[in-house]
Amino acid sequence: MATLKELSKREELLAGGHRLCAGCGASIVVRQILLAAGRNVVVSCATGCLEVSTSIYPYTSWRVPFIHSAFENSAATVCGVEAMYQSLKRRGKLPVDEEIKFIAFGGDGGTYDIGLQSLSGGLERGHDFLYVCYDNGAYMNTGIQRSSSTPLGADTTTSPVGKVIPGKQQYRKDLTDIVEAHHIPYLAQASPHNWKDLTHKVEKALSIKGPKFLNVIAPCHRGWRAGVNQTIELARLAVETCFWPLYEVEDGKLTINYKPREKKPIIEWIKLQGRFSHLLKPENEHILRRLQEGIDAKWESLLRREGEK
Amino acid sequence: MGKPVAMTGNIAVANAMRQINPDVCAAYPITPSTEVMQQFASFVADGKVDTELVTAESEHSAMSACIGAAAAGGRVMTATSANGLALMWEMLYIASGNRLPIVMTVVNRALSAPINIHGDHSDGMGARDSGWIQIYSENAQEAYDNLIQAVVIGQHRDVRLPVMVGMDGFIISHSIENLELLSDQEVKDFIGEYLPLYPLLNIKQPVTYGPLDLQDYYSEHKRQQAEAMKLAKPVILKVAQDFAALSGRKYGFFETYRLDDAEMAILTLGSSAGTARFVIDRAREQGVKVGLIKLRVFRPFPMKELQAALGHLKALAVMDRCDSFGAAGGPVFSEVRSALYDLSPHPAVVNYIYGLGGRDLGIAHIEQVIRDLQEIRQTGCIRELLTYLTVRE
Amino acid sequence: MSTNELKGWKEIPIGGVIVEAGNSARYETGGWRTFRPLMDGQLCKNCLFCWIYCPDSAIEVEDGKVKGINLRYCKGCGICARECPAKAIQMIEEAKVSAGE
Repeated sequence: MATLKELSKREELLAGGHRLCAGCGASIVVRQILLAAGRNVVVSCATGCLEVSTSIYPYTSWRVPFIHSAFENSAATVCGVEAMYQSLKRRGKLPVDEEIKFIAFGGDGGTYDIGLQSLSGGLERGHDFLYVCYDNGAYMNTGIQRSSSTPLGADTTTSPVGKVIPGKQQYRKDLTDIVEAHHIPYLAQASPHNWKDLTHKVEKALSIKGPKFLNVIAPCHRGWRAGVNQTIELARLAVETCFWPLYEVEDGKLTINYKPREKKPIIEWIKLQGRFSHLLKPENEHILRRLQEGIDAKWESLLRREGEK
Repeated sequence: MGKPVAMTGNIAVANAMRQINPDVCAAYPITPSTEVMQQFASFVADGKVDTELVTAESEHSAMSACIGAAAAGGRVMTATSANGLALMWEMLYIASGNRLPIVMTVVNRALSAPINIHGDHSDGMGARDSGWIQIYSENAQEAYDNLIQAVVIGQHRDVRLPVMVGMDGFIISHSIENLELLSDQEVKDFIGEYLPLYPLLNIKQPVTYGPLDLQDYYSEHKRQQAEAMKLAKPVILKVAQDFAALSGRKYGFFETYRLDDAEMAILTLGSSAGTARFVIDRAREQGVKVGLIKLRVFRPFPMKELQAALGHLKALAVMDRCDSFGAAGGPVFSEVRSALYDLSPHPAVVNYIYGLGGRDLGIAHIEQVIRDLQEIRQTGCIRELLTYLTVRE
Repeated sequence: MSTNELKGWKEIPIGGVIVEAGNSARYETGGWRTFRPLMDGQLCKNCLFCWIYCPDSAIEVEDGKVKGINLRYCKGCGICARECPAKAIQMIEEAKVSAGE
């Protein structure tokens, strides 16, 4: 496990000069992942904030080979790259001593929603790649529309708080569970505030052959309507409230990587975000309660599963 | 010259792929092209090729994987039909925009709805502006020959464009005919080594594919694509010439039959040329000066060459196995007629939409077309610009 | 970029491929800033949290020590200041700093 000092001596593989928002969570996630991965990686990326802001022609922030092809196919695209790697390697057309890893990035829109099929296909076929979902809980690039990752009650531009309907009506989809059903060798949830956990998970994932998956919370202060400097704080609180549990499943064995000494109530996280401000009103208390119930149920189930022998 | 073998179009194409031995194939089954990849999967399973086969979960992902694989830096092939091609739509433009010479067999089939699995050109014609080179085949031999040539055309440094090779669903894909295969070595030598351009797998020189291209550069990249299509024309002819030297079989942008002294002609694309030739021979016996032109390359569209070949005619019937609803006529008609507009005088051009969803085009239908052409020739008047030929009233 | 620097279609690689890796380093985003981070080297304990949490690869580290903040890229989000356990970074209104320069 690398220390920060060790990591700081590695090459910065995401160049400055990208045009993600000030305080963007996604770029923090990507920087940490690339620091852990090193330069022998090829990256694919779904259409979204990360892609449009890091590769505006004629500029690119990527110091590793990078391909964006469309929105719903980051996984399928990287699978193609990986297939070519396997083929050329077998045919002796690539240096034998050079091992390349493959990472696909997608936001929650490009992963939970439009890219789910492509992800599922890539995982099932067993390609050797790591898929990273940077989850900010809405379609931020197109202007904060609800996705199936948007939390219950959140105010987005397509689940607005109106006179009749108070924000998103559904629980978020549990993508990590869906991925787990593919029985891949490694999957985990991570958060950029815990850089040690995240970089360790990347290193571990890349040391394993076959499909791997990381779901990483990537706060978006624009969409969440919070302070531009609160990105890391929001990620930390998401973990402290168990909204975003840090856990991993390795060969079917579940480990919770962090258990808060005192699990904070979700309101601690909610009250920092404008997208949930209506939940603080007495008439919406039931939504807040439902949200807390959902989080509690998931956390309990993780604890139970971890305890299973 | 190889000895004749009996094969369906699909199996012929699968054998071409076996001989080409691409680095990666990514595909998804769809009637009537399924058999191509099915046969190819057997070649993979039997170790007759060492291609990496990606059995994608959809055509969209199949083409996405083809794009990733081609950008990675190797030879990539696939096959599809109809709705499968439609599902790839978004990715077709990305393959050509990224300048990736993927080669795809399109076993042409009608588009839903209502669902129909039989041959027409609605799928390929719908993709005519996707930036792919399009070559259409009359029979299994041509499908085989075209596919091998497509590899060399697409990968040429002046071109670097994806190529689709069409053959009519069932009529060619599932009919057994005699054809000649080249030897494996001949194909290997003909296609040569694949030289990647900006391969992603060269990690020592990292490149970025698929950036956001705004008002300042998008037009320049599209202009490059237009140029590549233009430059593809001489390459297509040169490859055809080399192929003729190897196989004895001659190809061009189109093939003409009894056209030189003709006053009237029928223009077809795909499998219906055979029927047309037969009827034209009979008409010729009765002194009717009619000929045939079979278009092989639809993209790049051989405008100048068609002007030269058709300028002497009095009347021309363009046969479209696809409608372009609300347009002046079918897609082939619109473009051929536009090509002839500059000529003075130019032939009268009429359009027939036929054979949708695999409906047979019979001798009587072509005879009717020739009768109509004769009437136009005699009266100088066009009664019907667009006729739906094989449909009940 | 001014219009006269734009290249014609014959002068650029085909396919929209960018062949110069990481060249966004030439694109400066420092102008976005309304607040500027000022670091007090005396207080800094080189924990490198500012570096690992910076979205803009703007914290310069050498031999495990913070050397400074690259203002060509820093967009002034203030995450570094917020996360610094030693409170060694202050966010100052850009207009005030610029006026003093």
